[in-house]
Amino acid sequence: MSAPKFDFDIAVVGSGPAGLAAAALAASKGASVVLLDEQAEPGGQIYRAVTETPVRDRKVLGPDYWHGAELLGPLRDSGAAHWPGATVWSVARPREDGPDGERSIQIGLSRNGAAAMLIVRHVILATGALERPFPIPGWTLPGVLGAGAAQVLLKTSGLVPSGATVMAGSGPLLWLLAWQYLQAGARIDAILDTTPKQNWRAALPLLPGFLRSPYLAKGMKLMLEVRRKLTVIGNVTALRADGDGALKSVTYTRNGTEHRLPADTLLLHHGVVPNLNLANATGCAQRWDEQQRCWRPTTDAWGATSVEGVSLAGDGAGIGGARAAEEAGRLAALDALHRLGRIGREQRDQLAAPHRAALDRALTGRAFLDTLYTPAEAFRAPADDTIVCRCEEITAGAVREAVRLGCSGPNQAKSFLRCGMGPCQGRLCGPTVTEVIAAERGVSPAEVGYYRLRPPVKPITLAELAALPKTDADIDAVFKH
Amino acid sequence: MTATVSTRPDVIVIGGGLHGCSAALHLSMRGVRVLVLEKDHVARHASGVNAGGVRQLGRHVAEVPLTVASMALWHRIRDLVDDDCGFESHGQIKVAESEAELATSHARVAELTALGFTHEEVVGQDELRALVPAIADHCVGALVSRGDGAAIPFRTTFAFRRKAISLGARFQEGGAVTRLVRKNNLWSVETADGGVYEAPVVVNAAGAWADRIAAQVGEPVPLEVIAPMLMITARVPPFIKPVVGATGRTLSFKQFPNGTVLIGGGLLGRAMRDENRTELDFSQVSVNARTVWDLFPCMRGATIVRSWAGIEARMPDQIPVIGPSGTQPDLYHSFGFSAHGFQLGPIVGRITADLITGGSTDLPIAPFSIGRFAA
Ligand SMILES: Cc1cc2nc3c(=O)[nH]c(=O)nc-3n(C[C@H](O)C(O)[C@H](O)COP(=O)(O)OP(=O)(O)OC[C@H]3O[C@@H](n4cnc5c(N)ncnc54)[C@H](O)[C@@H]3O)c2cc1C
Ligand SMILES: Cc1cc2nc3c(=O)[nH]c(=O)nc-3n(C[C@H](O)[C@H](O)[C@H](O)COP(=O)(O)OP(=O)(O)OC[C@H]3O[C@@H](n4cnc5c(N)ncnc54)[C@H](O)[C@@H]3O)c2cc1C
Repeated sequence: MSAPKFDFDIAVVGSGPAGLAAAALAASKGASVVLLDEQAEPGGQIYRAVTETPVRDRKVLGPDYWHGAELLGPLRDSGAAHWPGATVWSVARPREDGPDGERSIQIGLSRNGAAAMLIVRHVILATGALERPFPIPGWTLPGVLGAGAAQVLLKTSGLVPSGATVMAGSGPLLWLLAWQYLQAGARIDAILDTTPKQNWRAALPLLPGFLRSPYLAKGMKLMLEVRRKLTVIGNVTALRADGDGALKSVTYTRNGTEHRLPADTLLLHHGVVPNLNLANATGCAQRWDEQQRCWRPTTDAWGATSVEGVSLAGDGAGIGGARAAEEAGRLAALDALHRLGRIGREQRDQLAAPHRAALDRALTGRAFLDTLYTPAEAFRAPADDTIVCRCEEITAGAVREAVRLGCSGPNQAKSFLRCGMGPCQGRLCGPTVTEVIAAERGVSPAEVGYYRLRPPVKPITLAELAALPKTDADIDAVFKH
Repeated sequence: MTATVSTRPDVIVIGGGLHGCSAALHLSMRGVRVLVLEKDHVARHASGVNAGGVRQLGRHVAEVPLTVASMALWHRIRDLVDDDCGFESHGQIKVAESEAELATSHARVAELTALGFTHEEVVGQDELRALVPAIADHCVGALVSRGDGAAIPFRTTFAFRRKAISLGARFQEGGAVTRLVRKNNLWSVETADGGVYEAPVVVNAAGAWADRIAAQVGEPVPLEVIAPMLMITARVPPFIKPVVGATGRTLSFKQFPNGTVLIGGGLLGRAMRDENRTELDFSQVSVNARTVWDLFPCMRGATIVRSWAGIEARMPDQIPVIGPSGTQPDLYHSFGFSAHGFQLGPIVGRITADLITGGSTDLPIAPFSIGRFAA
């Protein structure tokens, strides 16, 4: 008999709200579940380090953050195996050629410097979101970083930037982070708001929906507080980071005039997009979402993808926020249980009803936010001299030149320019390359398509691969915990 | 005047891989009007994603005259296509890990010498170390072909296409050929998107799908669809110039000028040609990783950032099908390159053009006849 430990009914990838909720629910109904996350602690992006954070003053990160702790008890009680520090680099499409004809899905992962393949019957990908790349001239200078990356430092280490700090961009998370920094007593010299003026006109008809949103009151309070205490400069249409080896100043354009601010740190943010690399590499169909201006995997109401046995939950399937992610996780878990024959269809639907209602509530008003905070085209498809692919240092101009040579989409751009072929596998350039090619060709991003990604979706070392254990006993030896 | 010129091509080439593009180029150079029909886009399959190895080393003896003639074209590739295709010639090396393997290499050189070819030679341990300082201590020598090298696949295939277009060839992408009918000495070629094209002559360069074209005209071939895999590492400091393979195991190992290292060599994933898709098999990739671990100790800490596989046609005897159809007039085949057809691209296009415009070629292509599979 082989050790059953590396053989589970369900693997959940990602321990943010979606993954935590999915794993806890699936395991509580008797399925054998493993929850995998590359981070050392559960929580995902929003509840990052919720069990460990040195930020003891609850006011700093706000009550929403601390809700994350409430998801951990049910997970512990459920009996799900929890493997933190496990990076999933491949999820193969299911095969049905095992001895019993049962569906088996092979997952490649690395943990503690060793690689292993895991066999499961269903996978729920809850890989969350990534900050949308915000390419401006100078964004590769030391001192310029994503606002989300800066927030990770705050949550995990209690660190805030020192020196002159400027925030720039658009979207709810930018305001949230500014507010968290205010609470933490950090210095913010200015917020440069790049939300295009005309977005208001487009968003206004969607306002009634937003007025019923659970986020409205919270969001308003937070924004008012930030506006009262910080300098907010609106209608910013162009941005540049300057410095020689390190950031020195930020130049911005407002009403056609350039202004300059000294800065040691520039925090950039204009929204988040689904982290779809794993789903894409697994072969899940995806579509262009015009409202959120991003690619998202195609799913049904339960998060099921075009690949049997692989479902998605949370921001990785389309941006909906933490509460929506949590409920979507539960729906995906119930559907997985049903597909594995653990619960009947009626039972699934019955158990799902309250979660579906909660999901709908959580998504109320989303369309307004998506429309209002659509980033300006100038930042989605930047000017020629701006680097878009940081791994290979490819500029927007080089991408446009490739289009003129006959490059019609991101995959050909890879072959022409090597962009998207570096260690980040397109995470930092994919959305921009799509936008630049679409704009240059004068067609929709839906038509130009997106990178075809391949495992490993996260770099692994040659040593890990060379030592890939062959048998369950080998795996046991390296994965004992 | 232009308005009345017939747009009917003289030759339709099915498949926009390197072989289809090369045939189109050589035909166009002779004033033949060519139309290339490609179901996806040019260089989408094997020709755009291969390892770029330009290798005479270790080839099947039947291929040696062709590979040597192709190498001559590679060394003047800019004259042919107005682009250097990223071709660099730092040699290819097949490492021997034991005296027995070295003996195999000596026998190989003797065989080639008897046939009159001198491009391969055996080197001992010292010379091997001079060529590849990073090689593991246990390696005893190698088979070397100094004129070999590597090029950039996508760029190469595109350069062939560009030059062919500049000479008048036309390319129609996005429509798969579904039917081939011959009436009144004319081929009528139908595509899935509703196109119908006519020409007196057809070239079947459809790569891993070429058996379907052959079957259309009553000429079935035992073609196997394979998915060779490759992986690439993050940049490491430059440490090697030649392309390295092994005698006793499968390997193709090469460093790009930007520092990344390409690792491949014959190991296969799964190919699903109807979906244009391949799936990697990491237990096989790990076999490759172990080979590199053994041969290049300095690579042990390297990071693999990407891997992929391409769809390729393999024939049972591992050599291609080149030449006229055995059942139909005015139909020529060029496929089944069995995972090593990139280097042959420049010459096989010329051979096909020779056959179409002159009825014969000066290179020995009898071993590649499709007739060898006839029942
Ligand atoms: C940088 C950043 C900061 C954010 N901060 C906030 C915030 O403060 N408040 C807020 O309301 N929203 C925030 N968001 C939005 C937010 O992520 C959510 O709405 C919410 O966290 C989504 O939950 P989720 O479960 O879908 O994904 P996440 O919470 O993002 O969880 C995904 C998890 O998957 C793991 N993962 C991904 N790929 C792999 C892999 N290949 N192998 C192993 N593990 C993997 C990640 O480590 C992560 O822990 C932030 C987004 C980003 C990108
Ligand atoms: C990963 C990998 C590594 C390799 N490494 C090397 C190497 O280092 N050195 C070397 O010499 N060789 C190498 N090869 C082999 C080499 O790539 C191939 O032999 C060569 O590219 C074959 O070219 P082709 O034009 O015959 O096929 P392809 O490039 O596959 O072109 C055939 C084209 O025909 C099209 N087509 C098919 N059916 C139809 C239809 N019905 N209608 C219209 N169009 C159609 C396809 O879409 C395709 O684009 C490698 C191959 C792979 C996959």
